[in-house]
Amino acid sequence: MPELSVSLAHEPAQETVELTINGRAVSAPKGQLVIEAAEKHGVFIPRFCYHPRMNPVGMCRMCIVDIDTGRGPTLQPACMIEVAPDMKVDTESPATRKSQDGVLEFLLINHPLDCPVCDKGGECPLQDNAYAYGPGESRFVEEKRHFEKPVAISNLVHLDRERCILCDRCTRFANEVAGDPLISFINRGSQTEVNTFPDHPFASYFSGNTVQICPVGALLARPFRFKARPWDLDKVESTCTSCAVGCRVTIEVSRNHVLRYQGVDVDPVNWGWLCDKGRFDFEAIESDERLSEPLIRKQGDSDPDGELIAATWSEALTTAADAIGRADAKSVGVVGGARLTNEAAYAWAKLAKGVIGTDNVDAQLGDGLPGEVAVGLPAATIDDVCAEGSIVIVATGDLKEELPVLFLRLRDAVINRNVKVVELTTTTTSLSSLATMSLRHRPGEVHLAMAALVGFGRDVGNISAILDGDVLAARRLVADSAVNAIIGRPSVAESADAAVEAAAVLLEAKPDARFVVSLRRANVRGALDLGLAPGLLPGRVALDAGREWFAARWPKVPSERGLDTAGILNAAADGRIDVLVLLGADPLNDFPDRALAERALAGARTVVAVDTFVNESVSKADVVLAAAGYAEVSGTTTNIEGRVSRLRQKVTPPGTSRPDWMLAAELAYRLGIDLELESVEGIWREIEAVSAVHAGITEELLESPAGDDGVLVPLRPEVAAAAEGTHVQITGVDGTQPASEELSSAQEQEASGSEPSGEETPEEAAADAAEEGAARQAEAEADDARPATVAFARNAPYQSPVVDSYSLRLATTRKLFDDGTLVQHSPSLAGIAAVSHLVANSYDLNRLGVAEGDVVKVTSPQGSATFEAHSSDVVPRGTAALVVNQRGGDPSPLIDVTTAVTEIRVESV
Amino acid sequence: MISDARPIITTRFGYDDSHTLERYLATGGYDGLRAALRKPPQQVVDDVKSASLLGRGGAGFPAGVKWGFPPAGVWPRYLVVNGDESEPGTYKDRMLMERDPHQLIEGILIACYAVGLGQAFLYVRGEMALAQERIAQALNDAYAAGYVGRNILGTDFSVDIVLTWGAGAYIVGEETGLIESLEGNRGMPRLKPPFFPAAIGLYQKPTIVNNVETLSNLPWISSNGGEAFAALGAETSKGMRMFAVSGHVNKPGVYEVEFGVTTFRDLIEAPIYCGGVRNGKRLKAFIPGGASAPWFFEEHLDLPLEAGAVGKAGSMLGSGAIVVMDEDTDVVRACHRIVRFFAKESCGKCTPCREGTSWLEKILARIIDGAGRPEDVDMLLDICDNISPGINWPPRQTTICPLGPSVVSPIASAVSRFRHEFEAYVGGPVETSVKMTGAAYRAPESANA
Amino acid sequence: MPQFNADNESLAHEIISRYPVARSALIPLCHLAQEQDGYLTDDAMQHIGELLGIEAAEVLGTASFYEMFKRHPVGTYVINVCTSISCFLDGGDELLEHAEERLGIKEGGTTEDGTFSLEGYECIAACTEAPCLQVNYRYFHRITHDELDALIDDLGAGRRDDIPRHGTLQRTRQHIDPDRAAGVVTPDGGGQPVWLRDHAALEEAPS
Ligand SMILES: Cc1cc2nc3c(=O)[nH]c(=O)nc-3n(C[C@H](O)[C@H](O)[C@H](O)COP(=O)(O)O)c2cc1C
Ligand code: SF4
Ligand code: FES
Repeated sequence: MPELSVSLAHEPAQETVELTINGRAVSAPKGQLVIEAAEKHGVFIPRFCYHPRMNPVGMCRMCIVDIDTGRGPTLQPACMIEVAPDMKVDTESPATRKSQDGVLEFLLINHPLDCPVCDKGGECPLQDNAYAYGPGESRFVEEKRHFEKPVAISNLVHLDRERCILCDRCTRFANEVAGDPLISFINRGSQTEVNTFPDHPFASYFSGNTVQICPVGALLARPFRFKARPWDLDKVESTCTSCAVGCRVTIEVSRNHVLRYQGVDVDPVNWGWLCDKGRFDFEAIESDERLSEPLIRKQGDSDPDGELIAATWSEALTTAADAIGRADAKSVGVVGGARLTNEAAYAWAKLAKGVIGTDNVDAQLGDGLPGEVAVGLPAATIDDVCAEGSIVIVATGDLKEELPVLFLRLRDAVINRNVKVVELTTTTTSLSSLATMSLRHRPGEVHLAMAALVGFGRDVGNISAILDGDVLAARRLVADSAVNAIIGRPSVAESADAAVEAAAVLLEAKPDARFVVSLRRANVRGALDLGLAPGLLPGRVALDAGREWFAARWPKVPSERGLDTAGILNAAADGRIDVLVLLGADPLNDFPDRALAERALAGARTVVAVDTFVNESVSKADVVLAAAGYAEVSGTTTNIEGRVSRLRQKVTPPGTSRPDWMLAAELAYRLGIDLELESVEGIWREIEAVSAVHAGITEELLESPAGDDGVLVPLRPEVAAAAEGTHVQITGVDGTQPASEELSSAQEQEASGSEPSGEETPEEAAADAAEEGAARQAEAEADDARPATVAFARNAPYQSPVVDSYSLRLATTRKLFDDGTLVQHSPSLAGIAAVSHLVANSYDLNRLGVAEGDVVKVTSPQGSATFEAHSSDVVPRGTAALVVNQRGGDPSPLIDVTTAVTEIRVESV
Repeated sequence: MISDARPIITTRFGYDDSHTLERYLATGGYDGLRAALRKPPQQVVDDVKSASLLGRGGAGFPAGVKWGFPPAGVWPRYLVVNGDESEPGTYKDRMLMERDPHQLIEGILIACYAVGLGQAFLYVRGEMALAQERIAQALNDAYAAGYVGRNILGTDFSVDIVLTWGAGAYIVGEETGLIESLEGNRGMPRLKPPFFPAAIGLYQKPTIVNNVETLSNLPWISSNGGEAFAALGAETSKGMRMFAVSGHVNKPGVYEVEFGVTTFRDLIEAPIYCGGVRNGKRLKAFIPGGASAPWFFEEHLDLPLEAGAVGKAGSMLGSGAIVVMDEDTDVVRACHRIVRFFAKESCGKCTPCREGTSWLEKILARIIDGAGRPEDVDMLLDICDNISPGINWPPRQTTICPLGPSVVSPIASAVSRFRHEFEAYVGGPVETSVKMTGAAYRAPESANA
Repeated sequence: MPQFNADNESLAHEIISRYPVARSALIPLCHLAQEQDGYLTDDAMQHIGELLGIEAAEVLGTASFYEMFKRHPVGTYVINVCTSISCFLDGGDELLEHAEERLGIKEGGTTEDGTFSLEGYECIAACTEAPCLQVNYRYFHRITHDELDALIDDLGAGRRDDIPRHGTLQRTRQHIDPDRAAGVVTPDGGGQPVWLRDHAALEEAPS
C-alpha cells in the first residue's frame, strides 16, 4: 500500500486563544468565529444569515452578543468577530437579550403570518428563534410589505418574497458557492427583494440548496410544495447514488412515500450541498411506471415476438435459472451493476463468478475506464485534491455535468484554497474559466497532451498536440510540484486507451501522483471493488492473484479472464451468448454503439433483466426480475474516492419487487447452490472477511460516528490509529458538523439510531469501533493469505491515429439533465433536459458551408445521423461535439467502440 | 469669537472662472504640489499630521493619522475621494468641486504622493452633473498640462485620477459603502472590523478614503506648512472649516470660518454670517452637524465649533451642516422629515435599520395623519432603543454602520424636548419609560451640569 | 435599439479600461445606457453584463440599488424638488405642491406628453439655497413659484437647450490620453511605487 500523504487526524497543531464565554473559560483555535467557538462549547447563539460553509456577512444581526475586548462590553455580531485573547463573550446579558428580542420583532413586522400553510412551518429557524428569543407579541399595526405571492424563479424553485428575511444566504450561495449569480438582491432598504433578472430563470444545477438553507419559507422546492408538514416527515441519513460522488443525504418520508432529500454536511464530501438531479430525482421512486412484479415474455397468436406479461416469482426465477443452468459458463454475460449496493454487487459477483463461473461480467457500459485501471491507480481523496495549494490535473468530461458536487468542491478549492487546476480537455468545460491553465487537445490525444505537460525530453514534440493554451506556462506550474489528478473517460467517441495512457504518462513522470478516477454512475466504484468487472475478484484482486483464496471460499472461480461489456455484446451479436443478464443496465441507451447493443439483444438466446423500470433494453428481455431500488434497500455504497457509506431503507419497494442481492441468492438456489448470503449485514461481514481491501471496515465502524462521513477503502491509518488511543479528529463529529438547524433533527435521529450500548459517548463508540476495526485489519495483515491487490499497469503503449484532415474528430459530452431513466421519470426534472446539437468551430462550419442552425448529415465509417449544427468556439478547430443521451440526436450510430477515435464528415442537407 | 483669519479653501470662489486651470495657475495653483514634490513623501505625511487636519466628511478622524494606517509592505494602495455629499443640510463639497476642482485635484496628488497611493478614484455624487463636468474638464486640462498622469512635473511620481460617479444612494457616502459602489456593487457597507478601508479596502487592498474638503486643504498645508494650519483653531479642531447654515436664518449660506473658536452664536447671529433668526423669531432648535446629529438648543449657542466640546454636549459637527429651526417649526413634522430620509436611504443590510427605520417612519406618518396613540411615543423610543441601545451619544449600535442609529437622533431630540407637541398630535398625555442617556437629550439644567 | 450603439460601445470600452477591475465601470455604463435611451432598459443591462463579464442579474442587482436609474421611460425633463429637512423648513413642500398643480401630475408621475416627470427628492446639497430643485440634475436655487412656472414654460417650448434631455449627465467627459496615462494599477500588480522607493523629488522646480 502506498504511503498516504494526507492525514485528517494530525493537522499542524493550531494556535489557540483563551477567552471566556458566559463566564466559563474556554480555549478556541485562533481565527475561529465567536459563533463557532460558542457553539463548540455548548452555547448556541441564534442566527439567520450565518452559514458555516459561506463567508459571513453579518446582515441579520440576530447573533449579536455582548463582547468585551477590554474596553467594556459592546454588542457585536458573533458571526463576524474572531475569538481574541481574554475576550469576554456574554450571550445572556440583558443587552443581548434586548437586542435579540428587537431583531426578531423587526424581522416579524413584515413577515406574513401564514405559517399554517408554509412548507417551512415546523422546521423554520425564524419560528424557532421567535419562540426562543422573541418578543411574544407584535406592536406593529401598520400594513405589511406586499409582493406577489410565490413566483417561479426556475422550474424547481418558487420564491415567496413576503416571507424573505433578506439574509443573503440564497444569493451568497448562488454567487459564492455555485458560481451562478442568477439571483440577486434588487432595490434597496425595506423595498429590497430577492429575484432573478426578468425572464432569466435561476437555472443553476444547485438551486435546490437555496431552498434547504433558506431560514424561512421564502424559497420553496416545487417538488415538495404542499406535500407534507415537516413534522410528519420521518428521516433517515443515507447516501445519494445519483452519481458517484456519494453526497450524504437525509431521505425524508411520509406514509411510505419519499418526499424529499436534504443534503447533510459531511466534511470530506459534500459539505451539505447536493445537485438538483440528486436532490429531486426521488420522484422516480414514486413513478407509476416502476416495476412491481416479475415479467416473462409470452408468445401470443398475433405477436410472434411475444409480450412481457406479469409472472409469479417462482416462474420468473425458474425460467431465468433454467436458462443459466443450461448454458455453458462462458456463454453467460452479466452487464451492469452500478445501481447495486455493495452487498448486492458482492452477491452478484459471487453468483456470476463463484457459482456460474463466468468472468463475462462488467458493471460499466463501455463508457468508463477498465476496471483494473480504476481500482489500480493510486488513489487520492476529494480532500487531497482540494487541499490548500494543491495542483490538480483534470482530464475527464465536464465535472459540473457529470459529478456536480465534486465540481463545487473543486470550485471552492480554486477560489478559496489557492488550488491550481490544469485542465486537459477537447471542449471548453465549466471548469475552464476556473482553471489556471486550460489546454486543448484533439479527441483521443489526451495522452499526448499529458506528455506535453509532464513528459520528459523526448515528449517535447507532443507540444503540437496542444491546440490551444500556454503549455509552457503549464509545464512550469506542474514541473516541480506534487500533483493530484482527476482522470476519466473524456468522451465515448474515443476509446479508453488514451485516458489510460495519459495516466501512465503522468505516473511515469510523477510517480507520486494520486488519482481520483471520475467514473460517473452511482456505485460503479463499489461494483468494481467487489468484482463486477472482467479479470477482477472482490477486493480489487486480479483473477489469477485471487483464484486460490476465492477457490477456498467460493464454489468456483472462473478459469480465465472474461469479456468486458463491448466483448459481451459482440459475442451476443455473434450468437455466442446464451444468457445475457442486464443488471440494471440499458445498453441500448447507455452503451456508446447502439447498433451493436441492438444486435446483441437480438442475438442473445435469453435476456434476463434485473431492474426497477422497463427501460428500452429491458423491454427486449425474456425475463424481467423486479428489483427494489434506492431508499427501498439498505446496505452500503462506495464513492469515487473509494469511500464506503451507508444506504438506508426507508420505504417499502413497490409490489413484490425484491432487493438485488436476494435475487442473486434465489437464482443460485435454483442453480442448486446456497450462496450463504442471508442478510445485508451478513453479506457485509463476508465482504469484510474475504476482501483484501475491506478488512477492518466492520459494520460497527460504519455504524459508529466515525462512519458518518463514510470510511475509505482500504482503512486509513488515522482511523485505525484510534485503536491505539491517539486522539483522532473524527470529522463530522466534533465541530465540522453543521450547526445548521435544518439538519439537526436528522442528526438527532442518526445519533439515536446508532446509539451504542450503555452510556458510551459517540466519541468513545467511535474509538471502540475503530479499535476493533484496526484489530481486524491487523489480523488481516498478519494473515498473508489475503491476496495482493491490483496495481496500475500500463497497457501496451498506445498510438493514436493520425489526423484525417478531411474529417472532424468527434467528442461527446454529457449534460446533468439527460434522457436517462431517473431524470425522465422525475416529472420536475424531465422538462429541463436540453436538446442536443452538433457543435463545431465557426471556422470549420464556414469551411463546410454550413450555416448556423442548418440541419446536417453526419457520417462516420460506422453510420450516419442528422443534427442541427451550431457554431461555437468552445470546440477547437477540427473537432465537433455532440451530447449523448439527449433529445435532438443520438451520436451512437456514429460510434464504433473498436476504433480509437470517431472521424466524421459533415454536410448540409 | 469671530476671527479675522483668512479663508483657505474658498479663496477663489469670487472669480467667475474659478474652476479653470488659467485662474488656478494665476492664483498660486499647483504650488502646493511643487512644494510637496520637493520633500520626501514621509515629510509630507508628517506635515499633515502636524496640521491636525480632521476629516471633514463626518467622522472627523485626523487625516495624517489615517494615512499612517495602511499595513507596511502591502501594495498597491488606492485613494478614494468621497464626493458623495448627501447628508441633509450639507453643502460644501459640491461647491468645492464645482468652483475649485483644481484645488481638489492638487490635494489628491499630494495625498497620493505622500502615502504612495497607486491610483485615485474621485467619486462624485451622481446627481451633481455640473461638478462632474467641471472635474472632467479640470482633469483633462491637468493631464494635458502635465500635472496628472505619468511623470508628474517631470518627476518619477505618476498617478491616474479617475473620475467616477454614483447614481443616487446616500449610504454610498459611508466609506465602505462607497468602496462597494466603486467595485460595481450595491452600496452596502462592510463591517469594521475587519473591513477598515486602510487595511482592507478597494479590491481588498489598503485604501485611503478622504472627503473632498479634507483634501482641498492639502495644497495650502503643503505650501504653508502644517504648523501654520495648526496655529488656527483650538483644541483638536484646527484650521478653517466650511459650515453650511440653512433653515430659518436671515442669510443662509456656506461660510469658511476658523475652526474651534467660532461659536454657533457667532455663525447664526453675526451680521457677517447669518445675521440671526429670520423675521425676528426665536430659535427653537438647531442641528449642529447634519441630519444624523442630535439637535442643539438655545443653551448650546455659545459652544464653540469644536469637535470635542460639541461631542461632550451630546452631538457632533459631523459634515458641517447647521440647520436652524425657528419657534414656529412643527418639530413632529421636522422629525418625521429626517426619519423619512433615513428610512428611504437605509441600504437594507441590517435588520434593525432596514425594518426599524421604515417602521418608525410609518408610525410618525400615522401620528401626523391624526391616527397616533399616546403609547406610540414610548414605542418610538423603544424601537430607537432596539436600534441604538441606551439612546446615548456617541451611539451604541446593533447595526453595521451608523445610519441606523442616526434615525434615533431626531426622534430622541424631538421627544425629549417637545413632548407636548407629540401630545397635541396623539391627543393625550404621553408617558415614556425608555431612558435616553445622550447629553443633548437632557433638560437644559442637567445638560449644563 | 436598446443595446449600446457603436459609438457608445467604444466609449464603454474606454470607460472600462480606466478601472483595475471591469465591474467598477458598472454604474458609469448604466448612466451611459440611460443617456442613450433615456432610461435603463433590460436589454442594456444584459449588454452591460456581457461587456463586464457578469450576469444580467448582477447588473440589475446593483443598478436597482440606485435612485437615478429608471427602469421605465420617464419624461424628457425630470424635475426633482427637494423636500428634505432644510428645504422642508423653507418652502420645499409648497414648491412641490405647486409643481404638481402646474404639471397636473402627482409626484412620481410623468405628463401624458412624456415631457415632464416630477419627483419629491431627498437632499440635493443646496440646503442654503432653499427651496431648490433640479431639472435633469441641473440646479435651480431659491426658486419661486413664478420662476418655476417660467422654467416649465421654457422647457416645454424647447427654449432651454442648456439642459440636455434626461439621461445625459456629463457633456464634458474625462478622457485620459494614453500618452499621459500613468496606467491602471491592478490589485495584484506591482510593489511599492517608485517615488516612495527612490525618492527623486522635484529638485530644481521647473517653473
Ligand atoms: C451614513 C454615512 C454617510 C456618510 N456620508 C458621507 C458623505 O457624503 N461624504 C463624506 O465625505 N463622508 C461621508 N461619511 C463619512 C465617511 O464614512 C468617511 O468617514 C469619510 O469619507 C472619510 O473622509 P475624511 O476622513 O476625510 O472625513 C458618511 C458616513 C456615514 C456613516
Ligand atoms: S430567500 Fe431565504 S435565503 Fe434568500 S435572502 Fe430571503 S430568507 Fe434569505
Ligand atoms: S449577523 Fe451574524 S448570523 Fe446574521
